[in-house]
Amino acid sequence: MISYLVRRLGQAVLLLLIVSMVGFAILYLAPGGPLSQFAAGTDMSQEDLDRIAEQLGLNRPLPVQYAEWLLRMLTGDWGRSYRDGEPVLYVIGSHLGATLQLMLTATLLAIMIGCWIGILGAIRRYSIFDTLATVGAMVALSIPTFWFGLVAIYVFSVELEWLPSGNRETVGDGSLLDLLRHLILPASVLALVETAIWSRFMRSSMLDVVNQDYIRTARAKGLPEWQVLAGHAMRNAALPMITVVGLQLPTLLGGALVTETVFTWPGMGRLFLDSISYRDYPVVMGILMFSATMVLVGSLLADMLYAVADPRIRLG
Amino acid sequence: MSAAAPAAAPTAGLRVLERFRRHRLAMFGAVTIATLTLACFLGPFLLPFDDTYIDIMQRFAAPFGGAHILGTDELGRDMLARILMGGRVSLLVGFVAMAIGMAVGILVGAVAGYYGGLVGTALMRFVDAVLCFPAIFLLLALAALVEPGLTSITLLIAATAWMDVARIVEGQIRSLRERDFAVAAEVLGATDRYIILRELVPNAVAPIVVAATLNVARAILLESYVSFLGYGIQPPVPSWGNMLNNAQIYLTSAPWLAILPGIAITLAVTSFNFLGDGLRDALDPRMDGR
Repeated sequence: MISYLVRRLGQAVLLLLIVSMVGFAILYLAPGGPLSQFAAGTDMSQEDLDRIAEQLGLNRPLPVQYAEWLLRMLTGDWGRSYRDGEPVLYVIGSHLGATLQLMLTATLLAIMIGCWIGILGAIRRYSIFDTLATVGAMVALSIPTFWFGLVAIYVFSVELEWLPSGNRETVGDGSLLDLLRHLILPASVLALVETAIWSRFMRSSMLDVVNQDYIRTARAKGLPEWQVLAGHAMRNAALPMITVVGLQLPTLLGGALVTETVFTWPGMGRLFLDSISYRDYPVVMGILMFSATMVLVGSLLADMLYAVADPRIRLG
Repeated sequence: MSAAAPAAAPTAGLRVLERFRRHRLAMFGAVTIATLTLACFLGPFLLPFDDTYIDIMQRFAAPFGGAHILGTDELGRDMLARILMGGRVSLLVGFVAMAIGMAVGILVGAVAGYYGGLVGTALMRFVDAVLCFPAIFLLLALAALVEPGLTSITLLIAATAWMDVARIVEGQIRSLRERDFAVAAEVLGATDRYIILRELVPNAVAPIVVAATLNVARAILLESYVSFLGYGIQPPVPSWGNMLNNAQIYLTSAPWLAILPGIAITLAVTSFNFLGDGLRDALDPRMDGR
């Protein structure tokens, strides 16, 4: 058990190192490289640029620069935003809450709805419900999230006027009801794809379990069907779902970016797009590295939690 | 000495075809894709309106109400013509990005799976690392660095869509190369290149074809995201994604501007996903006898 966790942790650290190299390579792909902030907009001469390059150590060999960059990243110095001079980590941190709120709500919605669809589909395999759920999930995975958001705004904000079309709260009204009213649409839009993913994973996990010997044993000893399903099947089928949290994190983060744009939600995705249009490279790079790290740590935690929860994994 | 691909024998091939024909969703997907492609590439020649023709007197004409069947946009351009022309771009980007991504993925996967060892591990860990970046974040960051255009956006989408193929091919090649026919070819003195391209990859064709189909769907979807956000295909060239770019402003007054291109995207992506799903079932020999 301990050796598995240590090995998994070691793999993650190695992967994080490769992720940082990919990130560093992208940073250097930028036209003008890290110097572009000084080259663009301001009227600096070549001598000035050379001097800054010297000061920043940009004329040294790449491996040295990478090592220094990595060291700065590890010590929390992710550079400063070009826009307001705030430290990148602070800027990300101030937008993270809104994104996490959106992602968590959407995930909870998706787990609640998706798992039930998956369980019912597996119990009544090839029924009309199961077929509809399968087709529905595939359509849901094919709908562009931003378009679904636009349609949702059109129906619920423009036509029905039930819910606000964007932002996190009405200015001057900080009540819980107001926050919830703003959260419903974007969270539901983001939850659509997630629900489809969860229902597919839950269905196949449930199908794996219902064919196991212990389910046959439970039935053979005369347990009522609902007890077999609720007590034996569902509990075991739900276990691998822990890893799904990690698996769908990239999709969830990407979906959050698009949803935030459509609903002017003040989160990390919006910040990312704003930073791109301002050519605020430190923040762009920071969010890129931050999201990759989040995905990596998320799947690491999910795997470890699964190993702790499922005694059969401990040998692996 | 070439080992036959599973689908090459006539009876096996016919069985695959028969299974595919029975898969109703896959048939729906195939027919829709064929229709969409034909309409986008031939349709504009038959329409009375050019997609770039601006008719300021006919701005915001509603669909199904006049000469413009699907209405007009904020400049009075015919929506149907724009959707068909946008479809050309979106479908083209989808297919070409898939082809490039597949080529890279197959190459990386085959090399990693065949040689294994340090090279294989390094390549596959690189794949893992790139997969840590959410595709849209990576795509937008790269798109912001280069001049936006048809070629650059196609290449960038391909750059974010080769990793899953590499994983699939790596696994396939790694297990296939231990099989008798591959060992026999090696003993007979075939070059690595020959064994990989003529013996191993053809035998992994089923999962590759499925991944290719699903990747077209993914590429079309990604193009629409980046273009919607303004970093993809640039106006006046229409694409399904960038047509939705301005649509949010006119949501109240002209909702069809937002609804129509989205239906086109959803239809195309769903069709490719159905097709890929059907191909997976049809090409899986274990489905025989059902």
